Amino acid sequence: MLDKDVPQEGNSTLAGHRKAVYARGEDGRLHIVQSSGWEVEEIVTRQAVEDLDRQAEDARRRVLAGRTSPLEYHMHRVRMDVPLLSQVTGLWQWRIRRHFRPDIFAGLSAGLLGRYGEAMGLSIEQLKKVD
Amino acid sequence: MAFQHSHASHCESGVMSSMLRHHGLPMSEAMAFGLSSALSFAYLPIIKINGLPLVAYRMPPKFIIKGLQKPLGLKMRFETFRSPKAGERRLDELLDAGNLVGMQTSVFWLPYMPEDLRFHFNAHNILAYGRDRASGDYLLSDPVVETTVTCAPADLRRARFAKGVLAPRGLLYYPEGKPLEPDWARVLPKAIKKTTRILLDSPIPIIGVRGIRRLANAVERLDGQGNPAASKMFIGQVVRMQEEIGTGGGGFRFIYASFLQEAAERLARPGLDELSDRLIDIGDEWREFALATARMIRDRDPLQPTALAARLRAIADREQAFFRDLRRAA
Repeated sequence: MLDKDVPQEGNSTLAGHRKAVYARGEDGRLHIVQSSGWEVEEIVTRQAVEDLDRQAEDARRRVLAGRTSPLEYHMHRVRMDVPLLSQVTGLWQWRIRRHFRPDIFAGLSAGLLGRYGEAMGLSIEQLKKVD
Repeated sequence: MAFQHSHASHCESGVMSSMLRHHGLPMSEAMAFGLSSALSFAYLPIIKINGLPLVAYRMPPKFIIKGLQKPLGLKMRFETFRSPKAGERRLDELLDAGNLVGMQTSVFWLPYMPEDLRFHFNAHNILAYGRDRASGDYLLSDPVVETTVTCAPADLRRARFAKGVLAPRGLLYYPEGKPLEPDWARVLPKAIKKTTRILLDSPIPIIGVRGIRRLANAVERLDGQGNPAASKMFIGQVVRMQEEIGTGGGGFRFIYASFLQEAAERLARPGLDELSDRLIDIGDEWREFALATARMIRDRDPLQPTALAARLRAIADREQAFFRDLRRAA
């Protein structure tokens, strides 16, 4: 890749940041060039982010329909999945899935809610509702 | 000595080169990367990130920090902590004593990172070089960010004590003693040979050139799956690991080519310059693979996993021939 081939496509995913990539100067030597982004990177990053957003939105709709608990929505919103949430909280995966049931979630102790909140960086109040 | 931030493409090589320079040893990012033999390829179908297999273009985290110890006669000290409180106290202590401290963090909890890049990746390396008296915020040098940044104590605590795969457990590291100018004629060929061994002679078929072929087979199998959305997620993940995750472009192939140029100069071996040119071409081919993949994801081209698999196989063949020649040259 030559200096002039370094993409400067202003990726929205970089939010104004520039990243360092290696390219060849006129003298044939490689050096660091700042890049404002390459569309290819934006496509694959947006793909991952949109997939996570879609899961959160899907969960949000099911919360409003009373088919899952806000816990599932918040889990997706903080870009986690059940295996990761299980590692972070130290709770079994089946237990977390059980807490996705609205009736069971409603009866959770403050201690358990606090554990989830701590894992996701949310207060208990935030954890109990969807926006 | 006042700390000098510099922008790098990869966090771990960036942190280590900054740290070494701070301690008086001139060291480019590419040299830190090459000297620790960090280049690799791994396709790990058993390790899943959000349900997708892990693809890596370099050796596992901490490989660079550890790998630089021997060639530079350097002893790195690593400290992890059971409690966030103890970890925070120790960081303050080290900073008060004027140390430059390396830390392992989770990208997700670092507030200065662009929102779209904040995933739960726990092995992001950054440096702390001080603390702002007025606000109590930490002064950080994140090598993949252009300038220095600050971070509130509560956020840094979360980032350092994130849990899950590769949990940092508050890891802090710093050198004990001064790094020495190495005997380049000895350490460089050794480091290069080690890289050729990793790429060519791995006993497990998912590492090195064989790993690229294994990935090609997995991509090819997507054709028969009849689930285009899932196929696109799979190939998108490969490109993300190759380009987006601080690789300097072309899955670290360009940064390694830069290392080879430096090695050619230090050893006065123009043969390595020619090999560097070849590796740049291979890096360009990885970028073409990324472009072809992105076009398929966005339906600008029809989704054809077989065509992507063929590209990967062609790259595998070229890398195999390249690393064989590199071994001979070293």
